[in-house]
Amino acid sequence: MKREIELEVNGDRYQRAVEPRMLLSDFIRHELRLTGTHVGCEHGVCGACTVLFDGEPVRSCVMLAVQADGHSVRTVESLAQGGQLNRLQRAFNECHGLQCGFCTPGFLMTLQPVVDEGKQLSDDEIRDAISGNICRCTGYQQIVEAVSQALAEPQEDERAGTA
Amino acid sequence: MKPPLFDYEAPSTVEDAARLLAEGGEDAKLLAGGQSLIPLLNLRFAAPSLLIDLNGVDGLGQIRAEDGQLRLGALVRHSTVAGDPLVADRHPLLSEAMGYVAHPQIRNRGTIGGTTAHADPAAEVPVVLLMSDARVVARSTRGRREIGVDDLFVSIFTTSLEPDEIISEVIIPDRAVEPGTAVGSSFQEFARRHGDYAIGGAAAIVHLGPDGVCRSARVGLLGAGMRPEESRAAAAVLESGTFSERAAREAAAVATTDISPLGNVHGDPDYRREVIREMTFRAVMTAADKAKARIA
Ligand SMILES: Cc1cc2nc3c(=O)[nH]c(=O)nc-3n(C[C@H](O)[C@H](O)[C@H](O)COP(=O)(O)OP(=O)(O)OC[C@H]3O[C@@H](n4cnc5c(N)ncnc54)[C@H](O)[C@@H]3O)c2cc1C
Ligand code: FES
Ligand code: FES
Repeated sequence: MKREIELEVNGDRYQRAVEPRMLLSDFIRHELRLTGTHVGCEHGVCGACTVLFDGEPVRSCVMLAVQADGHSVRTVESLAQGGQLNRLQRAFNECHGLQCGFCTPGFLMTLQPVVDEGKQLSDDEIRDAISGNICRCTGYQQIVEAVSQALAEPQEDERAGTA
Repeated sequence: MKPPLFDYEAPSTVEDAARLLAEGGEDAKLLAGGQSLIPLLNLRFAAPSLLIDLNGVDGLGQIRAEDGQLRLGALVRHSTVAGDPLVADRHPLLSEAMGYVAHPQIRNRGTIGGTTAHADPAAEVPVVLLMSDARVVARSTRGRREIGVDDLFVSIFTTSLEPDEIISEVIIPDRAVEPGTAVGSSFQEFARRHGDYAIGGAAAIVHLGPDGVCRSARVGLLGAGMRPEESRAAAAVLESGTFSERAAREAAAVATTDISPLGNVHGDPDYRREVIREMTFRAVMTAADKAKARIA
């Protein structure tokens, strides 16, 4: 039996009827057509599907869409503003923090709260922060460099409009 | 990789959850953080007819200190336990162990009740609860009872909970420290990638007197068999006299002679036994160092 859910995604309100077994990742991709959220392993191991749930990074493939009823979700589509990449995305671009890009949305959504917090991190601490994300291309080094660069840049007001 | 069909309920009280669970029979399952259960559904290793979501249940998310014990609601997330000052103050071993549980995204969802009920012998929290003489509160339509974790953990993924029982709280008694002695604890684990399930691990709590004599010790083993294990024999070796590196080596050897780790792609049983032995040695040494620093 389908259930009515109402939630906020990237600042917009949505109402949908979903089967309880629908994964949050499938809801985001198939119902809302926000295909920036990628699905790799679909059992919680790779981190590609990471989104912010009430502001905290979670794996959307091991949550049900019905569990998002009344909550807020942020996906990678919320990061760029007016066609401008944000600081973290720019750093990934400039440091070659991606090759095929499959893992990138998961890395970005894992790291955005880290960058928002603004604390300077050592390379070890950065590696710890991304320990739950798998990348098959870069070898991680450039991703670590991208995070250092994003953290080193002065804060800018890039969170506006993405409550 | 999609879950099979199931019904879904999201009760707001423990009483309603207990009623749904009793009515649902053996085919009903509780959903907490979902970080073990939903992968099992996606892989179709589990096919419950009804999921009872505990995430909206009131009153399961608090950590309280009272009457010489710490009470953690079943729904307290791993990330909350890891950062909680009360936990760090009273049970630093639990705070330390949390750093090894999975990855940040998983710690934001996974719960203390869930990891306890899941009873994975390779999981960090159950071993620490065992070494801390913790109990759980089990609630059902039939009432409420407390179960010591030593009686709770039966075998791999198997507890002594009845199918209609819900863990509502985990209770950890404060650690008694004899006046004039100092205590230290340490958690050590080896995994291919930090945050993955351990190939082997161990934890130790060591109480030292000012004379350097080991007054009491606890030694816990991760991934050593079918359930979280504690080695009384290793503790007895340490308690037999003045603490030394030699005693730590002997305790680690004694702890691991009779264990039967499960083999898998990351290591056969013999290799895992070696890893657990070395982790035991390091945990005991580090715990003793911390205790010594407190005496000095
Ligand atoms: C990639 C990955 C890596 C991981 N690595 C680790 C690791 O290194 N160490 C580790 O310890 N864990 C690890 N985990 C598991 C994680 O810690 C889980 O959160 C935990 O094991 C289960 O907690 P949960 O709240 O998610 O429970 P759920 O998945 O919701 O439930 C697990 C089981 O417990 C039952 N249950 C849940 N709550 C209750 C309750 N209150 N009363 C009675 N029964 C209940 C459920 O019915 C189910 O059978 C990992 C998970 C993933 C996906
Ligand atoms: S797709 Fe969700 S963790 Fe891999
Ligand atoms: S860029 Fe290809 S997987 Fe990370």
